[in-house]
Amino acid sequence: MSNNKYLVNLTVNNKPVSVEEGTTILDAARKLKFKIPTLCHHPDLHVAGNCRVCVVEQKGARNLVASCATPVSEGMEIYTNSAKVRESRKHVIELLLSEHNADCTKCIKNGRCELQELASEYRVGDHVFLDLVDEKDKIPDISSPSIQKDDSKCIRCQRCVRTCSELQAVSALAVVNKGDEQRVSTFLNKPLDDVVCTNCGQCVNRCPTGALTERAYLDNVWEAINDPSKHTVVQTAPAVRIGLGEDLGVDPGQRVTGKMVAALKAIGFDSVLDTDFTADLTIMEEGTELLTRLKEALVDNNESTKLPMMTSCSPGWVKFQEHMFPELLPNLSSCKSPQQMFGPLAKTYYAQKKGLKAENIVSVSVMPCTAKKFEAERPEMRASGYQDVDYVLTTREMAMMVKQAGIEFESLEDQNYDSIMGKSSGAGVIFGATGGVMEAALRTAYEIVTGEEVPFKNLNITPVRGMEGVRDAQITVKGAKPEWSFLEGATLNVAVAHGLANAKKLMQAVKSGEKEYHFIEVMGCPGGCLGGGGQPIPTSQEIRDARAKAIYDEDADMPIRKSHENPEIQAIYNDFLGEPLSHKSHDLLHTHYKPRKRY
Amino acid sequence: METAEAKNFKKVDIIFECQDCKPIEVLDTNLERKPDDIILDIIDSGLKGRGGAGFPTGLKWKFTKNETAEPKYVICNADEGEPGTFKDREILDRVPEKVFVGMALCGYSIGAKEGIIYLRGEYNFLLKDLNKKLEKFNKQLKDRNLDFSISIKSGSGAYICGEESALFESMEGKRGEPRNKPPYPTTEGYNFKPTVINNVETLVYTTMICNLGPDKFKELGTKDSRGSKVFSVSGDTPIAGIYELELGMSLSTFVEEFGDGDTKSVQVGGASGHCVPRKYFEDTIIGFEGIPTGGSMMIFNSTRSMYNVLHDYLEFFTEESCGQCTPCRVGCQQLLKGIEAVKRGERKPSYLDDLKKLASNMNLSAKCGLGQSVANPFNSIVDNFREEIIY
Ligand SMILES: Cc1cc2nc3c(=O)[nH]c(=O)nc-3n(C[C@H](O)[C@H](O)[C@H](O)COP(=O)(O)O)c2cc1C
Ligand code: SF4
Ligand code: SF4
Ligand code: SF4
Ligand code: SF4
Ligand code: FES
Repeated sequence: MSNNKYLVNLTVNNKPVSVEEGTTILDAARKLKFKIPTLCHHPDLHVAGNCRVCVVEQKGARNLVASCATPVSEGMEIYTNSAKVRESRKHVIELLLSEHNADCTKCIKNGRCELQELASEYRVGDHVFLDLVDEKDKIPDISSPSIQKDDSKCIRCQRCVRTCSELQAVSALAVVNKGDEQRVSTFLNKPLDDVVCTNCGQCVNRCPTGALTERAYLDNVWEAINDPSKHTVVQTAPAVRIGLGEDLGVDPGQRVTGKMVAALKAIGFDSVLDTDFTADLTIMEEGTELLTRLKEALVDNNESTKLPMMTSCSPGWVKFQEHMFPELLPNLSSCKSPQQMFGPLAKTYYAQKKGLKAENIVSVSVMPCTAKKFEAERPEMRASGYQDVDYVLTTREMAMMVKQAGIEFESLEDQNYDSIMGKSSGAGVIFGATGGVMEAALRTAYEIVTGEEVPFKNLNITPVRGMEGVRDAQITVKGAKPEWSFLEGATLNVAVAHGLANAKKLMQAVKSGEKEYHFIEVMGCPGGCLGGGGQPIPTSQEIRDARAKAIYDEDADMPIRKSHENPEIQAIYNDFLGEPLSHKSHDLLHTHYKPRKRY
Repeated sequence: METAEAKNFKKVDIIFECQDCKPIEVLDTNLERKPDDIILDIIDSGLKGRGGAGFPTGLKWKFTKNETAEPKYVICNADEGEPGTFKDREILDRVPEKVFVGMALCGYSIGAKEGIIYLRGEYNFLLKDLNKKLEKFNKQLKDRNLDFSISIKSGSGAYICGEESALFESMEGKRGEPRNKPPYPTTEGYNFKPTVINNVETLVYTTMICNLGPDKFKELGTKDSRGSKVFSVSGDTPIAGIYELELGMSLSTFVEEFGDGDTKSVQVGGASGHCVPRKYFEDTIIGFEGIPTGGSMMIFNSTRSMYNVLHDYLEFFTEESCGQCTPCRVGCQQLLKGIEAVKRGERKPSYLDDLKKLASNMNLSAKCGLGQSVANPFNSIVDNFREEIIY
């Protein structure tokens, strides 16, 4: 750790501590296990120093200092709990509450709200200040199918603003006006569904209050479950099984696949199926599409075939691309996301096999994602003749259903997914981590071309794993079969990016010609779906690392590790689709994109 | 209040005088000196910033000079947004070359190549003339082989953009919100590079110190408040206007000169300053040992309602707070609505004590000088004119 950094000595509440220069007072105090409350601070974001709830006393200083924003200095004496500090802090909390519509009992964040927690810690029930809540702020913006914005619950910490610009490079949210009129707003205060917002939900993951939340659909889902005329199928995305536990009393990084399935059955879904199955299917379609594109571009010199091909399974990323780089839309794979491959198949293939009528099927998905709610409502997503996926729940909403159902999650016995469309490979599981789609696709594509496994130990393509924002890798084809002979000896350049700010960097490099790739995977959220906008809150790099480890452990434990070896995948091609990129596949599993304006 | 001995009333003519001082000649003589010697002179003079915070100017230059990062900048703060202040406008109108020379000498001393004047949006009428003069001045610099040039940036029209770090943000094209400190501008200012930011008036004094020598400057004022300063006198006075006065006089001397015979209080230092009632005039020294001022002196006579005065200030702060930090954004609104509630009888008079506590906590915990200083007018007016607030 000591890369030429000096150590600085200071005391916090009279206890000495030495920390590297540049460390904040907050982190120095945490090292000594002194807790200082924070609101605007978030480990993923740049320091703001605006809420002022973290103020501490520095001996000799005229004013209190914001511990999150002040670096330590030699000989500093800090007091985190002096009378001055407590009074100022309490005032800050009371002031925040005075401009806050604190109807906690009606709030989706009730019980999981950072402001509420501080209010109770500091016992501010009897606060004296006047009520400043603006009536016009009390009408939430519910224009977006994914994100709900309620200004009357906003404490102006700007975490969302920083998230949207620093991590996502979207800047759909900005601070506008000053003084008492200051707000967090979209461009010209337009409805969220009318601006560049990608619905990624990263702001939701970092909003300390109920000001930014997902649009919740669990009541609609309960209704469908309770309707005897409906057959409810539920699909669960790869990253849900490694995140769900966090909202149900389990530590980050624990896999709860079997309990999750058991809980969904206990809740009353008629059939509990796996998005990982369609993740495998995506690999079949997308891998074949990649090889086809390579042939068209490199052998047939087909001008209209664009490389690099880019993945399209992250709807936040897709919408980002539609707004920000519409000229690169032809590069997006035409494959729908696994959720949206599952949707039409549930109402066609599954319905046929089970002897059900499509109109009686209610298709629900549980996703680590808020953008998937938007995706399900895209007009293109009605290949079955109905809305393919009826309701999308986040991991958090699912946890809420488990609680509402009175299920003791931790004591559930593991259960297996139902069939059909419930079986998957390890390749499907790693879709949940950044680099996973790339790894899964390479495992299959390489084998299609050469008949051999990818040349990596235990099939683990480690160069595309990890948390570096943009990663690239090369893979050289050896021993191509005759029909793929044009690829013999070729080196495929691939790149992986996660978080839209990294995606933007990568796109700029591609556009400028600075980098040339054949295949690019982009996940809209930091860490990939495991860090999705629908995952349990809080989030941090530590938590995302723990979830990633769980995903790769799950993969390693799977008996089948490659999509094309999944027997249910083989069956659906035999019985229903024919072959990858068949006519039927095109009808059901592929889509197109539309350019959108930035303003 | 301080009981240091007060100076007599004395009008001075350093800033605006033009007989003995040709600014460009001041530059020429001083360019022959070593940068460090210039800085030492400014330190020796005891000059403190005239923009409000009163930081020793020479030290600011020295700290910036000692930084290794490049490039460095010299910024002239001409945002002049404090209600009741209009002296920088007058200076830029009448003796802009003195400001330019101060900037050039600063640039020469600290090793900066670029100087920028951040001009208050409302002063755009000065732009044409200033640019013309700057064109000539920049050419003069070039003729002297001094690698320094000055340009003007037009302000955004918000009071908070006069706060130095918000000013940098605004100049960088961002929203004018104050930054966390440290780091201070001398290490990370404009474009996060070492920057000297000085008030218009401060820069003129640096020119004049380089012209007259620090000793001449030190002859004026007191130990803590060297020299003279330009005051913007307004309110209930028959002779409103701009006056350069020696620092260290008592407020009673000041009121004798400028009052209308019926002065009830003086707001020293603009909306963010202190309100001094008649009974303290004698004991209040105008200067850093007493009540410092960025230059604004607002005189109120007995016909004024101090409730209205305070109400106006609070409205001003409620609107001009950048809004980012809780104590200031919400605190200002609570103070404003709070005195209204007391006035209407919806809150007990004792609520004023809660509000005073709030103002004091805003002083302790707000992020920048704006929120920190609201307690100055609030507590001084409530303490001294409580009846007027309640009834
Ligand atoms: C809210 C606020 C507004 C300010 N406005 C001005 C201003 O208009 N002009 C100015 O010179 N300094 C202003 N200041 C002070 C500057 O932040 C800074 O201290 C000053 O420009 C430094 O110059 P000096 O050392 O020459 O005084 C303001 C400070 C605050 C907190
Ligand atoms: S955001 Fe928090 S404090 Fe506000 S109403 Fe919701 S739960 Fe209560
Ligand atoms: S959902 Fe994503 S894109 Fe939309 S405002 Fe939030 S962070 Fe920005
Ligand atoms: S919406 Fe949430 S994250 Fe954004 S400023 Fe308001 S409280 Fe903070
Ligand atoms: S004190 Fe006021 S002006 Fe200064 S940063 Fe805070 S809100 Fe903005
Ligand atoms: S947590 Fe430090 S100011 Fe908000």
